[in-house]
Amino acid sequence: MELTVGPNQFFWKAEDWSTLYDDLAQAPVNRVVLGELVCSKRLPFYQDAILPAVETLVNAGKEVALTSLALVTLKRESKMTHDLAEAGVEVEINDLTVLAHLPKGMSFSVGPLVNVYNEGTLRWLVSRGATRICLPPELPLASVETLAKAGQEAGVAIEVWGHGRIPLAISGRCYHARLHGRIKDNCQFACEDDPDGLEVATSDGEPFLSMNGVQTLSDSCASMAYHIDALSQAGVSALRLSPQSKGFVQTCALYRQAIEGEIDADHLSDELVSVSGGMRLSDGLLTGARGADWSGKAA
Amino acid sequence: MEHDTPQAIPRFPSALARTLRYLPLMPVSVALTRLTQSMAKRHEAMFRRLGAHADATFLLNPTDLPVTLCLEPRSGRPKVTLYRTPPIADARIAGPLAALIGLVHGAYDGDALFFSRDLVIEGDTAAALALRNAVDDAELDMAAEIEAFSGPFARPLHKLIDIAERRTGVALTRHEEDLLW
Amino acid sequence: MVMEIVCPAGTPAALRAAVKAGAHTIYCGFADETNARNFPGLNFSRDEMVEGVAFAHQHGSKVLVAINTFPRAGSEDLWHAAVRDAKIAGADAVILADPGLLAYAAEHHSDLRRHLSVQAAAANADIINFYGAEFGVKRVVLPRVLSVPEIAAINNETDIETEVFVFGGLCVMAEGRCSLSSYATGLSPNMNGVCSPASHVEYVEDHGALSAKLGGYTIHSVGAGEPAPYPTLCKGCFSAGEKTAHLFEDPVSLNAEHLIPQLAKAGVTALKIEGRQRSRSYVAQVVKNFRAAVEAVDQGRALPEGMLARLSEGQAVTSGAYKKTWR
Repeated sequence: MELTVGPNQFFWKAEDWSTLYDDLAQAPVNRVVLGELVCSKRLPFYQDAILPAVETLVNAGKEVALTSLALVTLKRESKMTHDLAEAGVEVEINDLTVLAHLPKGMSFSVGPLVNVYNEGTLRWLVSRGATRICLPPELPLASVETLAKAGQEAGVAIEVWGHGRIPLAISGRCYHARLHGRIKDNCQFACEDDPDGLEVATSDGEPFLSMNGVQTLSDSCASMAYHIDALSQAGVSALRLSPQSKGFVQTCALYRQAIEGEIDADHLSDELVSVSGGMRLSDGLLTGARGADWSGKAA
Repeated sequence: MEHDTPQAIPRFPSALARTLRYLPLMPVSVALTRLTQSMAKRHEAMFRRLGAHADATFLLNPTDLPVTLCLEPRSGRPKVTLYRTPPIADARIAGPLAALIGLVHGAYDGDALFFSRDLVIEGDTAAALALRNAVDDAELDMAAEIEAFSGPFARPLHKLIDIAERRTGVALTRHEEDLLW
Repeated sequence: MVMEIVCPAGTPAALRAAVKAGAHTIYCGFADETNARNFPGLNFSRDEMVEGVAFAHQHGSKVLVAINTFPRAGSEDLWHAAVRDAKIAGADAVILADPGLLAYAAEHHSDLRRHLSVQAAAANADIINFYGAEFGVKRVVLPRVLSVPEIAAINNETDIETEVFVFGGLCVMAEGRCSLSSYATGLSPNMNGVCSPASHVEYVEDHGALSAKLGGYTIHSVGAGEPAPYPTLCKGCFSAGEKTAHLFEDPVSLNAEHLIPQLAKAGVTALKIEGRQRSRSYVAQVVKNFRAAVEAVDQGRALPEGMLARLSEGQAVTSGAYKKTWR
């Protein structure tokens, strides 16, 4: 089982952003996807750091891909998407819009925000040039098993959301800006103080979601700690780990140890909570009655 | 944001409601059961529409009356029982009699009544929704149903409904999608 | 040309009511997880669909069949059968979201007109033209994240017809790309055709205050006499930072009635009304109102006085993303 690091979903300071990729060059991961996924307005703040990071990672032997935006609406964003196709690095599409910009025949990988729910869509994407597909985090195990099989038959690698706050929704509206009484066009980068998103609790105080600009994530951090064997047996070839501000490089190392059989699921999940500074874990989308459920022992 | 005040729904006159406290419930229950069974024969699709909820129990609680009606669809062999103190059921739908009957006749929209809190739903919301949708599709006309219904229990029921219609201003005939708002 | 009114029907009775009230087009779905309003007691059996289409056609109205969830891996047959049966019923088009299903329909039922569902969240001209070239899509239902000028810009760059929502429930998230409901309840629009499903709703009334919970999470709580919206996740009252408020969206519904003239100028072909879960009386009322409005716009008359607010969720309305400040 390989490990892929997904694009950082949050808005970090440029130096923190670069430090992450310097550190990942030494981490036991196979593949790193980077670039801006959530909001095109963030990009200018660290755009210049992207190509150096790509270089560092490639020199360290990592496979590298650049992500597209999750939702392309503005003209400027269309242009960004077009430029992405010409950057000379593999593109991970997270909005089907990118396909309109890729030259026919050019291969690409598919991120978790593209709706690949069934074999028909998987085969269609492969026919368009997809070589690797990270399935949507929403899929239950039965679907993952069927799609992993279809992926093997079609010759594409299948990846599953392995760790991190779950991207649940994307919108045209910026919730961070709304919270501060601003509109998106004048957001003043309200999301920059929340490197793991801003906690959203119910009115009676139960942690529920996490706000990240135009994106809404789960409060809990999904973890496939208890399902590594099942996913491996299903033919899933990689777990995707999504960056968080605390203990992320250790997190990568912990998953590697678990895959190698050096630590068990209980140990892994205890450590994950500890290095992240106390995140709540969930794996309900894969196996539970509801997404927020956790099959491991209660915290 | 704009706000609108919904038109008031007629309430059953309280003096008349008080007299219902002395209504013998058993014969009325039996009559309503027979009426509902007669309706079931004429509207099979309505019970089919309940799907997984065809064996649920529903309390229909006219908040302006001292009685509550318990409806058990029993997969097309319905039973109706009136209670002064209602039992536990899967779902409870409460609101003024006029709102409940208006829903049946398509004069009101269930969502709109619910949002304005003229209608309260408790318990199994999915079952209550299924019932509402099934009834909405059936295009029921209580007057026609009562017309079609005969037998030993018909007379007291006719009489009761007659009084209700005259005294409350609650229309018991279906509206052709012309609304009351 | 008069703009086309596309109207919802959750039941055969609602379809007949909409046709009689003057809807140009009705959209509806089969009673299973193939459509995104898979609610208890709603939707059409195969026979009802055949009868519904025949009734609409007799009265000069069209019927679109929404097959707009994402087929479940291993069970795509159910969705393929829905496309086939829509064609057998004589539907004028199918409304699809899933690329795999679009590919199937284009290959096996190429003469059946294909519309792209809002669930596909096609939010720019590039992707719309792509869907046209790849799957022969003739019309796109635009996601509710666009402003009127953006819609006009899209129509300038495509020949594919556009349809926009003008009334009813309002998603604040890009549709077809939201798993909030899965996270709280295990059931989702994409997979199960339900959002914030009634089966997971619990109302708790306490001294006149009414709390609405979904999957155990308190979505909102209202005092005695206040309007009580359905606990739709994204319209709940939550806390973040120092603030407790409707952080994502207020419990409002969309009413873009007054924007019809601008939408006409922006090149929009059809106006869509949300609400397959609403009653036949609601449907008839909304259709009458919008039919009168599009006729007035076509004839250059002033819009008739709005009268739809009290049909709306929580009695409050918004013009949504059509005004850019919504963002």
